[in-house]
Amino acid sequence: MDTYVMSREELVSYKLRTLYSRYGYSQYKMSKFEEYELYVRNKNFLVSDNVITFTDHSGRLLALKPDVTLSIVKSGRDVPGKVSRIYYNENVYRTAPGSRDFREITQIGLECIGDLDTYLVSEVLTLAAKSLKSAGRHISFFQSPDYLLEISQLDVVSCLLDSLSVNEELKGELLGCIGEKNVHDMARICRDAGVDEARAQALQTLVTTYGTPDEVFPVLLKLAEENEALREPIEELTHTIDALPEEVRESVRIDFSLLNDMTYYNGIVFRGYIKGIPDGVLSGGRYDRLMRKMDRTSDAIGFAVYLDRLAGYYTTAPGEFYDVVLLYDDMTSPKDVSEWVAEHVAKGERAVAVRDVPDNWHYKEVIDMRGGKSDE
Amino acid sequence: MSEMLNVALPKGRLGEKVYAMFEKAGFECPSIRENNRKLIFENPEAGVRYFWVKPSDVAIYVERGAADIGVAGKDILLEYAPDVYELLDMELGKCRMAVAAPKGFCDNSRRPLKVATKFENIAKRYYASLGRDIDIIHLNGSIEIAPILGLSDVIVDIVETGKTLVENDLCVIEEVLPISARLIANKANFKFKQRDIRALADSLQQQINNRTEVQS
Repeated sequence: MDTYVMSREELVSYKLRTLYSRYGYSQYKMSKFEEYELYVRNKNFLVSDNVITFTDHSGRLLALKPDVTLSIVKSGRDVPGKVSRIYYNENVYRTAPGSRDFREITQIGLECIGDLDTYLVSEVLTLAAKSLKSAGRHISFFQSPDYLLEISQLDVVSCLLDSLSVNEELKGELLGCIGEKNVHDMARICRDAGVDEARAQALQTLVTTYGTPDEVFPVLLKLAEENEALREPIEELTHTIDALPEEVRESVRIDFSLLNDMTYYNGIVFRGYIKGIPDGVLSGGRYDRLMRKMDRTSDAIGFAVYLDRLAGYYTTAPGEFYDVVLLYDDMTSPKDVSEWVAEHVAKGERAVAVRDVPDNWHYKEVIDMRGGKSDE
Repeated sequence: MSEMLNVALPKGRLGEKVYAMFEKAGFECPSIRENNRKLIFENPEAGVRYFWVKPSDVAIYVERGAADIGVAGKDILLEYAPDVYELLDMELGKCRMAVAAPKGFCDNSRRPLKVATKFENIAKRYYASLGRDIDIIHLNGSIEIAPILGLSDVIVDIVETGKTLVENDLCVIEEVLPISARLIANKANFKFKQRDIRALADSLQQQINNRTEVQS
């Protein structure tokens, strides 16, 4: 395969699609448009709530897809006992945070929908980590990619918040603090609201505990001993992480400050980081709640890779690369040159005939046919 | 070079105090004390690079990852809500966000209140929580003269000593919230430089605790 023809983005996308398809996922192709109503009902699920809309001939309000998952959930059917493994590679249209200009973004991701068990969840996490590794190889800073898969369990956070018995508004403020790892303001809010000290302390412990599974598990098990309600979600998290292949487990960091919208997500959520990129490049999680909202009975987990966030960081090829370069001049017969080029191209090589080789070109072989002589 | 800890410091007195604390924490960079116009200073031995930026820009440098960490006022964090970690209350640069009005001001609740401010989002949120309808006038400086010239009824601004207010015949009528400088970190970079950043934050916390003990 002539991969040099591909841009970095195409190459990464090709590699990810190969990876997903090797794990038994099949590509899901969909229309560019979707009824706008779908997004109005699930506005908070979207990364940005600005959507490009237009009216079709029959007066229906349509939108250029800002998201893929909603369409997949909407069009799928629940078949008991069946698990559907899907990946997609689509263009979506959305605005960047803090901007009002729309951009076309290539998004690649996968969804695993059905009766989920520990293995299936760990399979999706494994594919997320492998995606980071694969994409990370093309990022400029490092030869061996340094990447991390950050994992959280939303039910642990919501259980602890519920145990504080504070109103929704304060809960919102506390969630904000958790997301910022802001322990000082969290302590102040709990103090002002008269929250039981031991419970406030448990929340603080959760927020200040982050790191590798081996660092975090002992703390979690202790929390589960103190609060029975936490046992189940904590066990789900530890069992899933223990089911990961060793290489993937090494890249895992547990961090409860990672929060996805709890009206859609539940259980395990995760985000992927590649060293050198100051933004998460992969985001996903379990979204059974979204499924229920859309009248689906299956469980679901999935993730998306934000190829646009990688864009500025790819290693750029240092000039052009050829297998063979032929030098010619006015003395060389044009027919010889064209036959030579055709012959090498037919062999599957990248060949080019030039009068002079630019400095930044790289080649395995150069053939000099200047002055009419033939090297061959 | 990539393993350096990049720190955005707010230009000015606050930044100097912050640097002194960082220095004590083992991240010294003597060249920063030289009196010149340079903006970037680094000490490869201590593994740290500092740069001076406009205080209101610190959060942007950190959010975009040009700086791993920085120190920014809570006012800026609330106004622009950058997606960063807020690791520590440095308990420096303490002041308050307040509503000020000319002496003897009486709110006419039959019409929207005209509010002049640099902090549009904070002011909007505050008045929304009170259910008061307002007309926001965004200004970039000399906020205090807005009520005097009849441009606004009140102002929402940072009050440190209150001296500027008094000199312009204004007084604080409501307090919105207390403000202080916070240590912030880029979310992605934090994960890869966690050990350094945590060690620094722990040492800073220790210094803050010692300071409070001395004061009390």
